Amino acid sequence: MKKSHKLGLAVIAALSLAACGKKEEAKPALKVEAEPSVTVKIAHAGPMTGNIAHLGKDDDNGVRLAIDQINAKKIKIDGKVLMIEMMSEDDQADPKIGTTIAQKIVDAKAVAVIGHLNSGVTIPASEIYNKAGIPVISGSATNPTLTERGLKTVFRTVGRDDQQGPAIAAYIANELKAKKVALIDDKTAYGEGLANEVEKTLKADKVNVVTRERTTDKETDFKAILTKIKAKNPDVIFHGGMDATGGPMLKQARELGIKAVFAFGDGACTDEMGKLAGAAAEGLVCSQAGLPREAASKEFAEAFKAKYGEIKQYAPYFYDGTLAMVEAMKKANSVDPVKFTPEVFNVSFTGATGKVEFDAKGDRKDAEMTIFILKDGKVVPIAIVKNGVSSKFEMPAVAPAAPAPAAPAQPAEAPKK
Amino acid sequence: MDTFIQQIVNGLTLGCVYAVVALGYTMVYGIVQLINFAHGEVVMIGAMVAFSVISAMAGSGLPPVLIVAIGILIAIPVCTIIGYGIERAAYRPLRNAPRLSPLITAIGVSIVLQHVALLIWSRNNIPFPQIIEVVPIHLGSGPDSATITNVQVVIIVLSVAMMAGLLLLVHKTRIGIAMRATSQNPHIAGLMGIDINNVISFTFVIGAALGAIAGVMVGTYYGIAHYQMGFLLGLKAFSAAVLGGIGNLGGAMLGGVLMGLIEALGAGYIGDFTNVCTLDQLLPGFSGMCTENPNASLFGSNYKDVYAFIVLIMVLVFRPSGLLGERVSDRA
Repeated sequence: MKKSHKLGLAVIAALSLAACGKKEEAKPALKVEAEPSVTVKIAHAGPMTGNIAHLGKDDDNGVRLAIDQINAKKIKIDGKVLMIEMMSEDDQADPKIGTTIAQKIVDAKAVAVIGHLNSGVTIPASEIYNKAGIPVISGSATNPTLTERGLKTVFRTVGRDDQQGPAIAAYIANELKAKKVALIDDKTAYGEGLANEVEKTLKADKVNVVTRERTTDKETDFKAILTKIKAKNPDVIFHGGMDATGGPMLKQARELGIKAVFAFGDGACTDEMGKLAGAAAEGLVCSQAGLPREAASKEFAEAFKAKYGEIKQYAPYFYDGTLAMVEAMKKANSVDPVKFTPEVFNVSFTGATGKVEFDAKGDRKDAEMTIFILKDGKVVPIAIVKNGVSSKFEMPAVAPAAPAPAAPAQPAEAPKK
Repeated sequence: MDTFIQQIVNGLTLGCVYAVVALGYTMVYGIVQLINFAHGEVVMIGAMVAFSVISAMAGSGLPPVLIVAIGILIAIPVCTIIGYGIERAAYRPLRNAPRLSPLITAIGVSIVLQHVALLIWSRNNIPFPQIIEVVPIHLGSGPDSATITNVQVVIIVLSVAMMAGLLLLVHKTRIGIAMRATSQNPHIAGLMGIDINNVISFTFVIGAALGAIAGVMVGTYYGIAHYQMGFLLGLKAFSAAVLGGIGNLGGAMLGGVLMGLIEALGAGYIGDFTNVCTLDQLLPGFSGMCTENPNASLFGSNYKDVYAFIVLIMVLVFRPSGLLGERVSDRA
């Protein structure tokens, strides 16, 4: 009996050792394939949980679609077939967690990061990526500071708040003809920054800014601030923040009997506003720092819809961000971040959001701002602002004419076999 | 004036919610000298359970008031079971331990409950289905006058009813006499034939039931529930109980309403009082800030959570036993 006991123990020990030894490390593995391939990790970081999880998931889907399409094309970099493995991380829209996640991504030896969603998270996280020499590209972080620090590894496919702010402020002043405007920001880098830009432009346009209130991004009770604002009787109330605060704020404002038109930035320019505020959301005005999802290329829109349903907001930008990284890899003919990051400045292609090119700071060249209105629970674009000039938006029943020369072109280069 | 009335209405609604939650804290402290940190989480679970029930029934065509009532009726037993369970499992074994042990345990239970809620209902903000149509009622003439919504009216009326009911219970029933006796001196009360364990469990159960209703009210009022909403709410309600005098039921009610009013009025008016241009007229050194940005204030409405706590600290410094006086048992 004792001998078989020992044998049994030995067998169990051997099996467990064998099981332990099987840890999967993503290394440039030589797959049992006809062609040699190289596997790299590209990470997406964003709020996958929390009150804006719906937007984070949308971005994640955009990146995933891009990666699936690229893997299917079997692009060759330096003679090897490029295979991308996606890392998906949750930063909970919290800068403290974002920096922890950034370190995790760096340690996992990812070659590029598509993210984060919030400016307030992307800015600190990008410091960590910069130290490790990995490029980071955001499809939604609009705060100007992101690309003003002289870092050569930070890019964005979306516009900036110093373009978006003046766009929505001009709309408020000229189209809505507001005489008195109240501002509320959520004291995040994004919300406060955007509200500052709007205030600057409104003051330059001689509009009376009656008050500037502040709240936090986790607040749910705005009645005190709104009551205070109600007494000042503004025509328009602008909120710099996300839909998680914008929705309840709008709902409570209507409950208090406030009749002012509400204006928001891109953080609250989603269909979620219709769900959070119900009927109170009708007629709200908001801006986005880029072309609307309605102007996204048909190929992208159809492929995305088939797999993931409706585009929430930023998915096309994150999709283009992923493509930009791969384009840079092709230009540099290398998957080494040190080699392909400088090439990102030189990419030029037509993506889901139109022509993608970057300027010397890493911002997107010729970004166009869009103004939306909420009708029947959905945000609908009404005007495009390019270089300060506003033009009415035409729904692309006619193929995307003015906004994007994207119709016939493929989102990525022709596949090399 | 309308603005002032509006702030009062908002503050009163908020204050009634705080008062109901504060009652749970104060009763437990009065009887066993334990700060039940888990009470905020019980309120949160009440809101979450009601959310699940209301979502499940939202499409069924029943009148919305009935759906919410059913939500409350299901939330109450769930919360009372949790309250009873906490008492039996976590607090009763530590009844004779030094005061620090049940305190730490209470914090532990609070964390456990938060994460159980996280696992069940996920980390996202949970929007309540908007089935009740919110009707603003104007309090004065003219369209700009203060409004009170039907939901606010219900919250205030329900809270007053619950407070009245609790006072009746404590002062006019046998179990109420037993509760008061136990809170005065548990050992002697035991000698007089009162089952201490039963009374203490009953206190927890009543507190949890009130908390469940408060949770449903908060959920329907704001339309959002979140697994961490119990923490700050509990902290403020406990501070309200201390403000009014811990162990004292009337004190908890007064403290709760005061907290709500201070929070609303503070958020509404401190910004104006500390506006840099106003300050510039009183103190030197603000003229630069005033010309640069006449709308800025030193303490704006984003500090609204702070005002109530500052008042609490002031009251405790000058009157440590709270506004209406403590009522805890004679331990001597």
